[in-house]
Amino acid sequence: MTTLTPTPAGPPDLTPDSTADTRALLAGMDTRRRVTDKVMTGLVVASFVIALIPLISVSWTVLSNGLDRFNLNFLSVSMRGVFGGMDAGGIYHAIMGTLEITALAALISVPIGLLAAIYLVEYGRGALAHTVTFFVDVMTGIPSVVAGLFAYALFAVVFGPGVRFGVVGAVALSVLMIPVVVRSCEEMLRLVPNELREAALALGVPKWLTVVKVVLRTAIAGIGTGIMLAVARVIGETAPLLITVGVIDSINFNVFDGRMMTLPVYVYRQYSQGLVPCNDPAAICIPTINYDRAWAAALTLILIVMLLNLAARLLTRVFAPKTAR
Amino acid sequence: MKLSLHRRVGAVALTGALAISLAACGSDNATGDAATAGTDTAAASDLSGDLNAAGSSAQESAMEAWRAGFQATNPSVNVNYDPVGSGGGRTQFLEGGVQFAGSDAALSDEEIETSKETCVGGQAINLPTYISPIAVVFNLEGVKELNLSPAVIAGIFDQKITNWNAAEIAADNPGVTLPDLAISPVNRSDDSGTTKNFTDYLASTAPDAWPYKADGVFPVAGGQSAQGTSGVIQTVQGGNGTITYADSSKVGELGTAKIKVGDAWVGHSPEGAAIAVDASPRVEGRIPTDIAIKIDRNTTEADAYPLVLTTYEIACTVYADANDAALVKAFLSYVVSDEGQTASASAAGSAPISAELAAEVQAAIDTIKAAA
Amino acid sequence: MEGFAGRAFRWTATGAGALILAVLAAVAVFLIIRAWPAMSARSGELSEKINWFPEGQSLLQFIGPLVWGTLLAAAIALIISMPLSVGIALFISHYAPRRLANTLGYVIDLLAAIPSVVYGLWGGLWLIPKLQPAWAWLADNFGWFPPFAGPASDPPRVILSVSLVLAVMILPIITAVCREVFLQAPVLHEEAALALGATRWEMVRMAVLPFGRPGIISAAMLGLGRALGETMAVLMILSPGALYSLALLKVGQQQTIAANIALQFPEADPLGVSTLIATGLALFVITLVVNMAARAIVARRKDFSGAN
Repeated sequence: MTTLTPTPAGPPDLTPDSTADTRALLAGMDTRRRVTDKVMTGLVVASFVIALIPLISVSWTVLSNGLDRFNLNFLSVSMRGVFGGMDAGGIYHAIMGTLEITALAALISVPIGLLAAIYLVEYGRGALAHTVTFFVDVMTGIPSVVAGLFAYALFAVVFGPGVRFGVVGAVALSVLMIPVVVRSCEEMLRLVPNELREAALALGVPKWLTVVKVVLRTAIAGIGTGIMLAVARVIGETAPLLITVGVIDSINFNVFDGRMMTLPVYVYRQYSQGLVPCNDPAAICIPTINYDRAWAAALTLILIVMLLNLAARLLTRVFAPKTAR
Repeated sequence: MKLSLHRRVGAVALTGALAISLAACGSDNATGDAATAGTDTAAASDLSGDLNAAGSSAQESAMEAWRAGFQATNPSVNVNYDPVGSGGGRTQFLEGGVQFAGSDAALSDEEIETSKETCVGGQAINLPTYISPIAVVFNLEGVKELNLSPAVIAGIFDQKITNWNAAEIAADNPGVTLPDLAISPVNRSDDSGTTKNFTDYLASTAPDAWPYKADGVFPVAGGQSAQGTSGVIQTVQGGNGTITYADSSKVGELGTAKIKVGDAWVGHSPEGAAIAVDASPRVEGRIPTDIAIKIDRNTTEADAYPLVLTTYEIACTVYADANDAALVKAFLSYVVSDEGQTASASAAGSAPISAELAAEVQAAIDTIKAAA
Repeated sequence: MEGFAGRAFRWTATGAGALILAVLAAVAVFLIIRAWPAMSARSGELSEKINWFPEGQSLLQFIGPLVWGTLLAAAIALIISMPLSVGIALFISHYAPRRLANTLGYVIDLLAAIPSVVYGLWGGLWLIPKLQPAWAWLADNFGWFPPFAGPASDPPRVILSVSLVLAVMILPIITAVCREVFLQAPVLHEEAALALGATRWEMVRMAVLPFGRPGIISAAMLGLGRALGETMAVLMILSPGALYSLALLKVGQQQTIAANIALQFPEADPLGVSTLIATGLALFVITLVVNMAARAIVARRKDFSGAN
C-alpha cells in the first residue's frame, strides 16, 4: 500500500498552485470513479439480497409443505405397518434414534474435545501442540461420508461386514464433532482472564485444581454454548448415518443392536420412495404422502436445530459473566 | 458468574421431564389399528419367535404388507426384513445369517451347491412369490399410448433414435401425431433387478439393435438416470419427452407403450405378465421343488407380456431348527395364499402369480422340514 | 512441585490432544485396511465380481472420472459462491450500519444451520423444475462455449443445478471467514484512504481487499473442502454418469465420489464396499490436501499480521 505511506516529514508544500491541484483532484471526482463506486455498492448490496433468496425459499417451502402433516400423532408414532398411500405413520422412531445417537456422539466427543482444548490452552507448548492445533483444523474438513466409512470400517474389523447399529453412527458423528468441540472450547478457555489463573496459583492452588475449579467454572457457559452448536452441526448429518445405521420402520431404543431410524435419513428415505400409485380405489390413498412426510420431518429437523441454536444463544446471554462484553 | 442453583436444578429437571415424556408417548402402533395389538387373535396361532430375512429392496413394499398381515394373525412372531439388496440377501442367506432371502434373480447353480452346507443336508430352493410387469413409460403431451417394437425401444435407450418424430416410431404408430421433440431416456442409476430384466428383454428380442448383454447396471452412459423406481418415475414426470422402464405399479397417469409380441401389440397388465410366466420354461437341471423360471422373452403366446420381473423368496428345504422351519413354512404359505397375494398386489401393485403356479409353490413349501 | 493428581490431569489432557491425532491416523489406517481387498485385486477381478463396476477397468480408471466429477462440481460451486460471499462479507463489514452487522451475520449463518438433506429435498422437489428455462436460455445463447453446449436436459438433473445448490451450502462458511478478515482490516488505513478522497469502493479495493487476500483464499479453500465432500444434495439431484465431461447442462455426464458411495453402499457386497471405501480414501486425501493448504495459508497470515 505504497499510496498510503505518509509523506516524509517536512514543511508542507502550500503554494497556491498545489492546493488548487489537490482540491481539483479531490472535489472534482470524475464521473467514472463515482459511477464505479455506485455500481460496486449496488453489487455488494445485491449479493446480500441474493443470498436471502435461498434462505427465504427454503424456509418457506419447508414450512408451507411441512405444516400439513406436522401434528402430535405424526410426532408420536413410528412407521411400523405403514405402507402404500396410507394416511398414517410418523417420525417418533426417527426422533428417538436421532436424539440417542447424537447424545451418544456428544458423550464421546465432549470429554475428548474438552480435555484436548484444556491441553492446548493450559499445557500445550511446542511441536505437539502445534500439530494438534493444525490437525484439529484439518479434521473439521473431513467429509461426513468419509467419517461414516471410517466408523463402518472400524466396526467391520471387529464385527464383520454388514455391521449396522446405533453406536457405529455415533462414532461417525463424533469424528465430525470432536474438532468443532475442541475449537469452541479452546476459544472459550482463552477468554478466561489470566489474572484469575494467577490469583489462584498465587494462593497455592495446584494448577490442575485451578483449571478445574477456576478456569472451567468461569468458561462453563461458553463451553455449553459451543457444545450445543457442535450438536446442532452434526444432528443434520445424513450420509454417515445412511451408511452406518441403516433404516428401520419400528422403534428401536437399543443403540447396541440393530438398525435405527434417524430424522435426516428418514427425510431422504421418504423422498426416495416418491409418489405412491393409488391403484386400489377402495383404500384411502394419498399419492404425495411420502413427500408430505419428508417435508414434515424436515420441518421437525430444522426446528430441532434452531432450538439448539436458540438455546445456545440464551445460555450465553443468561450465564455470561457480567464483565465480558 | 453467580449461577442460581434453582435455575440450574430447574433446567435439569425440565430436560429430564421432557425426555421422559418424549420416551413415554411414542408407539409402534402407527396405523391406529387394534388388530395389530392382537388381543382377539392371540389364540389363533401358537407360533412364536423371530423370523429374519434379507434381500431385494424392490420387494420391500410387498414385504411390508406381508409382514403386517402375517403378524396380525401371529402376534408373537416378529418378522424382520432387511432390504440390503438381492445380492446381499443371497450372501447373508448362504452364510446362514437369515432364514430366507428375497431376490430378484434365482440362485445360480454354484449358489445352490454352496447352500447344501447351510441347509443341513437339504438345499436352497427358489420360490416365485410375485410378478411385476415392467412398463415402458413416457411423458409426451397428448400421447397416452404408443406401439413400440423391441428394436425401437432398444434404439431409444441406446440413444440411436433421438427424436419422437423419428421414422421408426412413426411407422408403428399410424394416426398418432408425434411431436418434434428430443427423446430423453431415463434409466436406473443403481444396480437393479428391473434393469437386468429390461436389458435381458432387449438383448433377447432385439439383439441387432441392442448390442449389450443382460445386466443389473444400465450399460449406456450419458442419459438421465435416477435412483429407484420412484426416482425414475419422478424424473420422467419432471421432463418433457422423457421415457423410462419401471415397475408397472408405479406408472400412474403417464403414457405407456404396447410392446410387440409375435405380430400383436400387447400393453402391460398383470394378467399378461402371468401368462408370459406360465408359458416360460423352468431353469434346467434343478430339483422339482426348485421353481426357477427362465422367462421366454420371445414368447408368441397370445396376450402374453414378456417384459416381466419375477421375484423369489429363497429358502432351505431343511432347517436345523424346528421352529425356524415352522416359521418359514407358515410365513411363505401366507405369502402365496390368496390373502397374501392380494395384500402385495394392493401394496406393491404387483401381479399375483397364477393359481397353478401358486399351487406348485405351496407344494414346494410343504416339503420344507426340520432336520431329524 | 506437581502432585500425583496434577500429573494425572496433565497427562489425561495431553492424551486427549494426542488422541485427536490418533483418530485422524486411524481414519486413514482403517480406510486403507478395508479398501485393501479392492486395491490389491488382480485386474479384471473387480468388474467380474461387482455388478456396477465397469467392464475391463482398473480401480484407478474407475476412480478417475469420479474425482473429475467431484472436483468439477465443487469448482463451479466455488465460482458461483465466491464473488457472492465476498460481496456479502463486505456488505456486513463495511456497508451495512454497524449496529445491524451482527444480526445480518446471524441471518447468513442460518443458511449453515439448514441440514444438507433439506437442501437436497428443496433442490430436488422445488428448485429443479424452475431451473429448466434458465438452463435452456444458457444453452441457446451461450452454446458456443463448450461447457454450456446444448441441448439442455429436461428435467435439469445436471451438474450445474447441483453446483448451484452446493454454492448456497458453502456460502455461509466462506462469508463467515471473509467477514472475520475484513473486520480485522486496519482501520487507520481505511480512514487514511477515505481522508485522501477515495470513494468507499476505492477504500475497500485499496485497504480492505489487499489485506484480506490470504483470508479470502483460505476461505475459498475451506468452502471447496466442504463442497467436495457434500453427499446428499448431489445424490438427490444429479443424474450421474462416469465421463470426463465438461458439459454442464447435460445429464449422465459426471458423478461425485461422495454421492456414488451413498448410492451404491446399501446394496454393495463386501468387495463392492471395499471398492467404495477405496474411492472414499481418494476423497479423504483430496479434502485433506485442500484443507491443509487452506489452514497453512491462514496460519501464515496469523503469524505475520499485526491484527492480533
